[in-house]
Amino acid sequence: MTTAVDTGTSRREAPYEGPLLDVRDLHVEFVTRDGVAKAVNGVSYSVAAGETLAVLGESGSGKSVTAQAIMGILDMPPARIPRGEIRFRGEDMLGMDKERRRRIRGQKIAMIFQDALSSLNPVLTVGFQLGEMFRAHHKSSRKEAKEKAVELMERVRIPAAKDRVNDYPHQFSGGMRQRIMIAMALALEPDLIIADEPTTALDVTVQAQVMDLLAELQAEFNMGLILITHDLGVVADVADKIAVMYAGRIVETAPVHELYARPAHPYTRGLLDSIPRLDQKGQELYAIKGLPPNLLRIPPGCAFNPRCPRAQAVCRQEVPELFPVTEDDGTELAGRGSACFFWKETLHDR
Amino acid sequence: MGSYVLRRVLQMIPVFFGTTLLIFLMVYTLPGDPVSALFGDKAADPAVVASIKHKYYLDQPIWKQYLHYMGNLFQGDFGTSFTGRPVSDIMADAFPVTIRLALMAFAFELVFGLLLGLVSGLKRGSIQDTLVLVLTLLVISIPVFVLAYIAQTVFATNLGWVTPTVQNSKDLSQLILPAVVLGSLSLAFVARLTRTSIGENLRADYMRTAVAKGLPRRTIVTRHLLRNSLIPVVTFLGTDLGALMGGAIVTEGIFNVQGIGNVLYRAINQKEGPTVVGIVTVLVIVYLVASLVVDLLYAVLDPRIRYA
Repeated sequence: MTTAVDTGTSRREAPYEGPLLDVRDLHVEFVTRDGVAKAVNGVSYSVAAGETLAVLGESGSGKSVTAQAIMGILDMPPARIPRGEIRFRGEDMLGMDKERRRRIRGQKIAMIFQDALSSLNPVLTVGFQLGEMFRAHHKSSRKEAKEKAVELMERVRIPAAKDRVNDYPHQFSGGMRQRIMIAMALALEPDLIIADEPTTALDVTVQAQVMDLLAELQAEFNMGLILITHDLGVVADVADKIAVMYAGRIVETAPVHELYARPAHPYTRGLLDSIPRLDQKGQELYAIKGLPPNLLRIPPGCAFNPRCPRAQAVCRQEVPELFPVTEDDGTELAGRGSACFFWKETLHDR
Repeated sequence: MGSYVLRRVLQMIPVFFGTTLLIFLMVYTLPGDPVSALFGDKAADPAVVASIKHKYYLDQPIWKQYLHYMGNLFQGDFGTSFTGRPVSDIMADAFPVTIRLALMAFAFELVFGLLLGLVSGLKRGSIQDTLVLVLTLLVISIPVFVLAYIAQTVFATNLGWVTPTVQNSKDLSQLILPAVVLGSLSLAFVARLTRTSIGENLRADYMRTAVAKGLPRRTIVTRHLLRNSLIPVVTFLGTDLGALMGGAIVTEGIFNVQGIGNVLYRAINQKEGPTVVGIVTVLVIVYLVASLVVDLLYAVLDPRIRYA
């Protein structure tokens, strides 16, 4: 008889202690005609099995680029990774040979994209596109692959999966298409799933269904999940911890509920304040003033300083590192960090 | 799908009658009398002229001539040329030559056009890409008759690999040079179209998905990239095959290929009404069928059109 832990690890290559994914000081740049755009400037985060990390940020904050670097699907050039480390189950992903990297993609780390309609191939049936996973990685026959595709579609609760397996992406509704994307990511039971704005293109009611499905399947397979979003509402229910990104850096990390209750970075505070609330009906919506910086010319010091209500001279000169956030008596708050010189003041702000 | 095909076939009927009527009117209202032209410089006997005109229905009003012609056509009779030879005979001689030439030119532009387009599309900005762009631009800007004469001079006169003109139009090896000249313009278009289409599809979201799925590069290119990129190319090729089947007046003329283009050119010059109308009628049918096939092919390749 095997224990629960054994069955959990038996389909994995080997039991591995430590985080599933560990990103250290990752830098990504894009060489453009106008100069070098610094998209990611020293991002570090880690995800454990069964854990959900939400990466929050506006467009251009580098959250998707980080994910693409982890997947190894950046076009290099124009992209390049001058510095940093990505370790998956302890193994260095950046130094790995191409063939091994390809085998990990889809099999160990899978990705769900935002717009399922354009992310699925318009001229191939969904059954074929799902089955491709088994054919490419497990050398399954066409027939086997199709059977597995039907199973997958049933698993993500697509009605009448058997009849719909030969349909094309455009014949499905938006929610069903995103379920197919999820099914595709789940196909080979990966250790880690990266979901890049999985619900942004969907109606609000469908958003909840898709998020619930994703969370449920994640728990079932004990997968790590990186949820990339700009929507604070999506994150609240499913994430364990949050990393807030701004101009290619992580500006705050915190367990999800603590971040909502007591943000320690002015940018996070601004994000939270700009969520429309029912008790403020009729009042003007709060918006963070100014625009995100041009990645070709990120301002010196803290990148957020031109928009920050708290900015002082030091913010325009020094780049703040991610300081550990503590209570006033010095008790450390586990998993909390803020890249603001004035995190203490921000934390107490009400 | 079935009703779509039926609708398309029904649409072909008015197009067929419209175009044939138009060409019939144009040929028969041309200035000059084809019958007296038969006699050259000699004065014709009015009685003989009248009997010939009667024989060819030329003494009837034009609408009667048209109805008579169409009536015969539907019994498989394309009429008789003024030289007394049945038009169907003339076409039976010329069409196989043109079909051979067309298929050779088509194969040439298909294979090399796709190959060049694929290489330059996958490696944008490379030396190969620039080379393909410059060469195709050159081919597109040079008129086909100039290209034909250059080919003749280089390969026949200077190198002596082939005879300058085709001696026997049934000999495939002699048709190679005219076919290459004939297919070169479309080859340039195919290469550029393929290049653009591949460039666009390379950036498509579904390509990123294919990479993220961990598929081998070969599979990504052949199954995902090519399948999508070739849709516009295939439609161009289909239309072009129809155009090639219509004969090539200039190329066939320069290389003395006894195909449909040459015959048609001579018939127009000699005001050979029955021959011109007969050939054009067949060409109309070829075009209609080609465009129908292209539309159906489009639907087969792109499911979004099939179910629309």
